[in-house]
Amino acid sequence: MNLNATLFAQLAVFFILAWFTMTFVWPPIVKALDERAKKIADGLAAADKAKMDLANAEKKAVDEMRKAREAAAELRAGAERQAAQLIDEARSEAARVIAQAREAAEGEAGAAMQRAKEALREQVAALAVTGAERILRREINANVHAELLANLHQELK
Amino acid sequence: MSEHAVEQAASHGPTAGEYIVHHLTHWNTTGHPQAKIVDFSVFNVDTLIFSVAMGVAALFLLWRAASKATSGVPGRFQAAVELVLEMVADQAKGIIHSAESRKFIAPLALTVFVWIFFMNAMDMLPVDLLPLLWQTATGDHHAYLRVVPTADLNGTLGMSIGVLLVCLYYNVKIKGFGGWVHELFSAPFGSHPVLAPLNFMMQLIEFAAKTISHGMRLFGNMYAGELVFMLIALMGAAWAGTFTGAALWIGHVIAGSMWAIFHILIITLQAFIFMMLALVYTGQAHEGH
Repeated sequence: MNLNATLFAQLAVFFILAWFTMTFVWPPIVKALDERAKKIADGLAAADKAKMDLANAEKKAVDEMRKAREAAAELRAGAERQAAQLIDEARSEAARVIAQAREAAEGEAGAAMQRAKEALREQVAALAVTGAERILRREINANVHAELLANLHQELK
Repeated sequence: MSEHAVEQAASHGPTAGEYIVHHLTHWNTTGHPQAKIVDFSVFNVDTLIFSVAMGVAALFLLWRAASKATSGVPGRFQAAVELVLEMVADQAKGIIHSAESRKFIAPLALTVFVWIFFMNAMDMLPVDLLPLLWQTATGDHHAYLRVVPTADLNGTLGMSIGVLLVCLYYNVKIKGFGGWVHELFSAPFGSHPVLAPLNFMMQLIEFAAKTISHGMRLFGNMYAGELVFMLIALMGAAWAGTFTGAALWIGHVIAGSMWAIFHILIITLQAFIFMMLALVYTGQAHEGH
């Protein structure tokens, strides 16, 4: 273990090697490491964002589904209401038509009955007058009793 | 060990002591073992070659990963480099709070960690492999070669002094020259003229202790590790057809495997500790007392 000038040579080599590392080795590797760290950080951030986007899209889809279901339900309710209304209208129309028909028929029947009654009365009056003439042929002067007969005829009518 | 002893050893085949001393001698610019403890006219050629080679190999791998780095899905190699880099970056972030300083200190810590790991890993090669190849290549059967740059005090102290210089730079940069000088004389005991010399002494001791212990810790671990590998190698070298020799050879295989496996932990741990201490010391330079 002798000391000699090797020491100074080693000292110089020490600084030359350190300078080489500082200049040519350290910066590129550190740069690569930093870039990779940034890439990884970016990747993680992108993954987080994608996850959030997915969650939002799912929420939106659920919302849309709910809205569509509501709209469909509303539409069906409207249709049912309209159908019920149509049926009601048809029913009341039918009732009206039936009532009208019945009224017309009843009116016609009443008129016919009236006519029949009048005809019957005419015939009864004529029959009564004829019968009375036959009974009173001789006693009654048609001319004298014309007014009486006319009255009777009127009353029987 | 004198040259004479080495020559003598060569003619007889080395004794255990000679074998180890030979292995612990550097190939330096003088061609023979360094005589004085401190001699700044000498370079350890082997330490320089292997530390630069390991530095270039380590940084080449890192650079390859960096030049192909993509922010997409990383390959296994890129992921492995990123793993190490992020480990260092996290440690730096926890210790040094100035992002501006981290631009230099974090790459420095990464360099230190990977480079020291590679240099320590030279210990995993068989102790005799590269020296033997080198001796064969040069034709000199006594050529010295030590392959672990971190088992050379020059190598580790060179790096810890580098860390010290970085600390001094950031002390001045963060606190201003005046602020730092003020701190030198007022911490740790408080700002009082009487205490100023004591504070300054403490600061000097602190800097020296940090730097020397920083370098010595790594050196000591790797030197001891290398020594243990050599002692284990000596067991195998005792193979001579006798029963004891055979038992020692088996002992070599078992102890060598165990120590090598344990050493995987040590080389990694020591590289990590050196890096962490470099971060802690530079971090302290950012904080006022």
